[in-house]
Amino acid sequence: MLEIKELAVSYGAITALHGVSLSVKPGSIVTLIGGNGAGKTTTLRTVSGLLKPQAGEILYNGKSLVGLKPHRVVELGLSHVPEGRMVFANLTVHENLMMGAYLQRDKNLIRASFESVFATFPRLQEREQQVAGTLSGGEQQMLAIGRALMSRPKFLMMDEPSLGIAPLLVKTIFEKIVEINRTQGITILLVEQNANLALEISHFGYVLETGKIILSDNSAALRQNPQVKSAYLGGG
Amino acid sequence: MLSRSQYYLLAAIAVAFGASWFSRSYNPYFLDIAVTCGINITLAVSLNLINGYTGQFSLGHAGFMAIGAYSAATVTTIFGDKLLPLVGGQTWILFPLALYAGGLVASLAGLLVGVPSLRLRGDYLAIVTLGFGEIIRVLLQNINAVGGARGMINIPEYTNLFWTFGLAAITVYTVWALVNSTYGRGFIAVNDDEVAAEAMGINTTRYKITAFVVGAFFAGLAGGIYAHFKQYIAPQGFGFDKSIEIVVMVILGGMGNTVGVIIAAVLLTVLTESLRKFGDYRMILYSLLIIVLMITRPQGLFTWTAKRKTA
Ligand SMILES: Nc1ncnc2c1ncn2[C@@H]1O[C@H](COP(=O)(O)OP(=O)(O)OP(=O)(O)O)[C@@H](O)[C@H]1O
Ligand SMILES: [Mg+2]
Repeated sequence: MLEIKELAVSYGAITALHGVSLSVKPGSIVTLIGGNGAGKTTTLRTVSGLLKPQAGEILYNGKSLVGLKPHRVVELGLSHVPEGRMVFANLTVHENLMMGAYLQRDKNLIRASFESVFATFPRLQEREQQVAGTLSGGEQQMLAIGRALMSRPKFLMMDEPSLGIAPLLVKTIFEKIVEINRTQGITILLVEQNANLALEISHFGYVLETGKIILSDNSAALRQNPQVKSAYLGGG
Repeated sequence: MLSRSQYYLLAAIAVAFGASWFSRSYNPYFLDIAVTCGINITLAVSLNLINGYTGQFSLGHAGFMAIGAYSAATVTTIFGDKLLPLVGGQTWILFPLALYAGGLVASLAGLLVGVPSLRLRGDYLAIVTLGFGEIIRVLLQNINAVGGARGMINIPEYTNLFWTFGLAAITVYTVWALVNSTYGRGFIAVNDDEVAAEAMGINTTRYKITAFVVGAFFAGLAGGIYAHFKQYIAPQGFGFDKSIEIVVMVILGGMGNTVGVIIAAVLLTVLTESLRKFGDYRMILYSLLIIVLMITRPQGLFTWTAKRKTA
């Protein structure tokens, strides 16, 4: 479904990605793990059209995404939950979700999206008129995911949904990610530093280190990999 | 069916009309301050769309005002003789048309300034818009057809309380309705988090330019009102200090807080009048005021509640 080939991205003189290749099969959850500054966020932002690659190719269902504006990428069915729960702090929950459906014109479809998001995250419905900046961290993360779902994506990219959230809520959110994948058939590319959880819920995993993929395998196999164990799963 | 805000708009226009009807009996000094207040409300509320709601920083609002003032005055003063017969000699038809023309030319300039705003942010945008304002001023100084540095005289006195406050009401309504519409929520989203907004497929570029174009349009209209009130305009009347004055109103009122900005515009207008005897020291007082405010109440004087602000 998504095919990234030899992607190279730099910020001015700093090269963040040195030829990253990965592929995501339809219906799967694929995770991209790696430490601070490995280039995970850079990868997602480039797919979304927020950054321009120096070299390489990004194919979505065989169509190149390179050079497309972000709104065109959203129109094609890709949606992005940005790092750090960037919800619109001065808008209400309802308005944030409306922003997620920004490109959607059909009122009935928007209503259906609201229902489906509220079915996944009942908490958001309770807080519909609350200003997003006053939500708890976990609720903001739910909102960020809900907002991304409002565009009715076929492919969802999530950037560290566990960041700065209480462990109990992290578990809930990861269960929701699995639910979104299973029941709505949305393919997911999950970026995480919490490798343990990410490998638990995903089918396939890639390990990114300083802008290069150093390992890739089935998630179950990666969890047994001694290198991954020592570097990302908290020791042997 | 009219919405509640539309009723408010109609009521405000009706009040302006009523107040205008009796304006002959008012003290001229009071009338002068009232009209200046109305003009400044229009200027501050329209700048608030650019600086407050979309979080850009424009220092060129007086430039847009100048363009509107000169364009409208050109229509009524230079071409008035030819145009008036076309509208049956009715100045109340010619005047809004002239104002509208001024607004359009100003919004075109807004488009020109809005385009660089896509690539620039913060301080750089402030410098570009400041440069724009100065360029307009220097250009006007060198166009002899509109009086050059001496300015333009004999502009007919068409402005009254009705036009002034009618425009102010329409400006407040338009900015309010724009920001509170589903489409307009995008202005706040762009300000809250530009990257997230972009990732949602929100065309942040279009919002920023729209803010400039709409803001400039109303500043241009305010310029036209001003020209037909003072009956004399000169380039130096639209300098950097005028832009700063409007920015201070927005900061004082609280960025993105329309009611606060209206109160601030009125207060500052009255304050400016009372400070007039201090001449150029006014600017120093202004600067001090901004510094003190930024330190003590960065959210603005009139933003009390945390309803829409979280920081
Ligand atoms: N706007 C930027 N300008 C310059 N360099 C940047 C910028 N954004 C990221 N970088 C650099 O690019 C590299 C990759 O950053 P990226 O944000 O993609 O890492 P990451 O894997 O998402 O890290 P984290 O887990 O900490 O979020 C880092 O070295 C970072 O310093
Ligand atoms: Mg990151």
